[in-house]
Amino acid sequence: MADDLLRMEKFPLGIASVGLTEVERNIPPDEPPPLPVNSALQVIGKKINRQDARAKVTGAAKYTVDIKLPGLLHARILRSASPNARVQAIDSAAAARLPGVRAVLVIAPKDAIVRYVGAPVAAVAAATQAAADTALGLIEVDYAPLPFVVDMDAARRPGASLVYQPGEHPSLAVTEIPVATGLPVVGNVRGPDTQGSRGDLTQGLAQAEVTIEAEYRTQTQTHCCMEPHAVVADWRPDGLTVWISTQFTAGVRHELAQSFGLKLSQVRVKVAAMGGGFGSKSQLGPYGRYAVMLSRQARAPVRLVFDRAEEQLDSGNRPATWQHVRLGARRDGTLTAIAVQEYGTAGVGVSAGIGNFAQALYTCPNFSIAQNDVFINAGRGSAMRGPGNTPGAFAMEQAIDELADRLGLDPLALRERIDPSPVRREERRLGAQQIGWDRRHKPGADTGRIKRGLGVAQSLWGANIYTNAACEVRLLRDGSVAVLSSVQDLGTGSGTILAQVVAEELGLRTEDITLHIGDTDFPAGPPSNGSRTTASMTPPARTAAWKLKQMLFAQVAPTLQAAPAQLVAGNGRIALRDDPARGLSFREAAALLRTDQLSVTEARRDDYGGFRRRMGDAALAQTDLGGVQFAAVAVDTETGMIRVERVVAAQDCGRPINPKLIESQVQGGVLMGISYALLEQRIIDQHTGHVLNDNLEQYKLIGPRETPPIEVLLLENYQGQSATDAYGIAEPSNIATAPAIANAVFNAIGVRLRSLPMTPSAVLAALGKLPVRS
Amino acid sequence: MSKSCRTPSVSRRSFLGGAGVAAGGVALLGEARGALAADAPAIQGPDAVAVTLTVNGRQRAVRVEPNVTLAELLRDKLDLTGTKIGCDRGACSACTVWLDGAPVASCMVLALDVGTRAVTTIEELAQGDTLHPVQQAFIDHDAMQCGYCTPGMVMSCAALLQRIPQPTPEDVHAAISGHICRCGSYPHVLEAMRAVSTPGKT
Repeated sequence: MADDLLRMEKFPLGIASVGLTEVERNIPPDEPPPLPVNSALQVIGKKINRQDARAKVTGAAKYTVDIKLPGLLHARILRSASPNARVQAIDSAAAARLPGVRAVLVIAPKDAIVRYVGAPVAAVAAATQAAADTALGLIEVDYAPLPFVVDMDAARRPGASLVYQPGEHPSLAVTEIPVATGLPVVGNVRGPDTQGSRGDLTQGLAQAEVTIEAEYRTQTQTHCCMEPHAVVADWRPDGLTVWISTQFTAGVRHELAQSFGLKLSQVRVKVAAMGGGFGSKSQLGPYGRYAVMLSRQARAPVRLVFDRAEEQLDSGNRPATWQHVRLGARRDGTLTAIAVQEYGTAGVGVSAGIGNFAQALYTCPNFSIAQNDVFINAGRGSAMRGPGNTPGAFAMEQAIDELADRLGLDPLALRERIDPSPVRREERRLGAQQIGWDRRHKPGADTGRIKRGLGVAQSLWGANIYTNAACEVRLLRDGSVAVLSSVQDLGTGSGTILAQVVAEELGLRTEDITLHIGDTDFPAGPPSNGSRTTASMTPPARTAAWKLKQMLFAQVAPTLQAAPAQLVAGNGRIALRDDPARGLSFREAAALLRTDQLSVTEARRDDYGGFRRRMGDAALAQTDLGGVQFAAVAVDTETGMIRVERVVAAQDCGRPINPKLIESQVQGGVLMGISYALLEQRIIDQHTGHVLNDNLEQYKLIGPRETPPIEVLLLENYQGQSATDAYGIAEPSNIATAPAIANAVFNAIGVRLRSLPMTPSAVLAALGKLPVRS
Repeated sequence: MSKSCRTPSVSRRSFLGGAGVAAGGVALLGEARGALAADAPAIQGPDAVAVTLTVNGRQRAVRVEPNVTLAELLRDKLDLTGTKIGCDRGACSACTVWLDGAPVASCMVLALDVGTRAVTTIEELAQGDTLHPVQQAFIDHDAMQCGYCTPGMVMSCAALLQRIPQPTPEDVHAAISGHICRCGSYPHVLEAMRAVSTPGKT
């Protein structure tokens, strides 16, 4: 837009608890006026109950697994029990003849290679689940076993059996995360990807007065969504309707249209309640295609729901990593060099890197990175809550702690020197005060069997947005208001905050706003990944509501014998700003509409001030979302048990829309982080290639007994970047937890654990009480 | 020829599937049939068997195969989909319902073994429009995120209050210790239960 068409407005700027100033921004003329700070608002910034809470506590909420349609068939997938094999023959005739079976799909035909235990081989749809199960047993498959490798270190060695022969490598760009292309592949290693490197490493190391160097490992973590991956596909001659437990209805619609040669207008994707995704449900996925193909074949709706083993084997995972970190610094802590070499494995997939955490968090002129994917015969990795940055932070934030220890600096003091972010500075200050950092002892100084310690780590996450994100706000003659969008609510409360924003603008209560979301028949919403839903959806919701309000004002102004510009909406009324007694109830005002309904659809604009125009434009910058977490741990030096006794999470998400929901998400991020730090690990048997803990008994997750008090300190940080200035919190809250715990463990016992998970045996080995496992 | 499988581990369904199963709850079935010798387990199935259950205060006559779990029966035959299946093998407690007022994982109970015990599901917890205090406290304290584990968690918490009207935090920990919530709602669940356990405060 030409600059002369813009209008100048002043926006609040800064951290509310520190002190606010103003910043001038040129914004498009049809954007709403700047939103005042939360303390001046009625609905935004308030702790409001989520709108679907009642449905969730009464069991009324409908998830994809609850969808029932007339004539619904039940599907099952036959999965490989071999970690690597060529299909020599596959015969599904007997399965197809079984009474009740309505469709059979061969996924791995003759000569196809199945590359991991759990890889799909065939699928059936039958009248009952039992018939589908029985039919799987009737499919005859002749596998010729091939050599396999399921260990990343083994896969890197010369002569390792190849997961892919030359020319067989997997297709890229299946995720929302940008994937580096054109990288060389040697053996099982794809890379290095050196994007982001800057300066001169050799020179940086030469300038260093102190260097540290260490290796870190992180494990494969699985998403463990409580609602499994689930899809109900209903193929009809006139179009396709798909219910799917998804993080991105609009994206799935696009994938379906492309996959099946349909027009976008012929495909409808829906999700009502959604039982968790954490990054694993952003795509249609092969399973979604199978369900549609079965429905097309059977001419009936088909339901496909993973069981827990399928979830663990073939629904994505957070890639394991090996990281080698070198830091060079002056004696005062100033960084002169950062070098990170990384190998990660996403199984048979790609994108097992560590993001750009190390690249962007600290000031350092010389930065070198080399990231590599290592293929192994295991299920494909995928994005998981803070992808890349979470394992990246485990290494980098421990390395910084090690550097502080070497320099004899307090870890917070070192970060004051090298981290210019004013947001994290305030978070360090608040968090240190809350946890009692001044009582922190020297590493290993605690005496006795139980040793306690304090640790800190920082997070960084992009202030991500998605401009292809829209919603409609509708006002009806009875005064009811609805928000409509395909945007989905994974349990974050994304619907509730849209209702809050619209209610604020129209002077109503949150419960006055009806939500119609999770349906591609409404304006297309963003993917709910990258912590971008709030930042993408609340601005258009506000802009649409504001425009709707102007239309309403224009229609009721004559009745109030006023000009539209004299009117304001508040407390459920439309009244004159200067004469509040002269007004109408919102309902009375709506009754004056000339038509039964007014409607405005708006999409996400570019950020004000030209910060981030669309996804992928900007690398992570130091001004992006911050977070600093503190952990207090107790380590039993006889049993090796680490107990997290307390976590303080100081976080930033721009303008908080609903602190109650934000607190829930931060607690969830921290708990997933503790679980990652201490408990979780997918274990594959080297000899058979089978996952040994493809269930929720032996794959250990944090439970109530391991849950410590979690204190959330939430900043109110205004940057004047959009109509709401609000950002996400899901991922920032997960990134710093594991390294904060690791640093606290070092503070407790004086020995560093550089490998996840930090199990009792790892603690005892570090203390020299057990032989180190090879 | 090497074997394929649906999933590599042995599932309970495949273990129980195929042939009929010996009824586990002999005494209960004995009561129901009136003529069984205690040392001669009845063989049921593999075809569907008629059974009458008391679910949410109503007698429900259904036909189920012997390998059908209570969770499946509630969801698939009675359309009580508030009961959720998370792991289908007793590891996550999402499917918790009450049998005679005691919380159980309904995925670990065969429908035929329920017998005369009264089944109560999440759909029955509220009295009409009036929510159970635990439900209201969960709403007020945002003790949920995706909500998939919530019905089971609510059932366990409500059962706890029946047993111990003013539970300690340790009681609450014990009551929900088998429940997995991947979203991490435990702190707010504990907060909700603290509120509901404090006289005069909800």
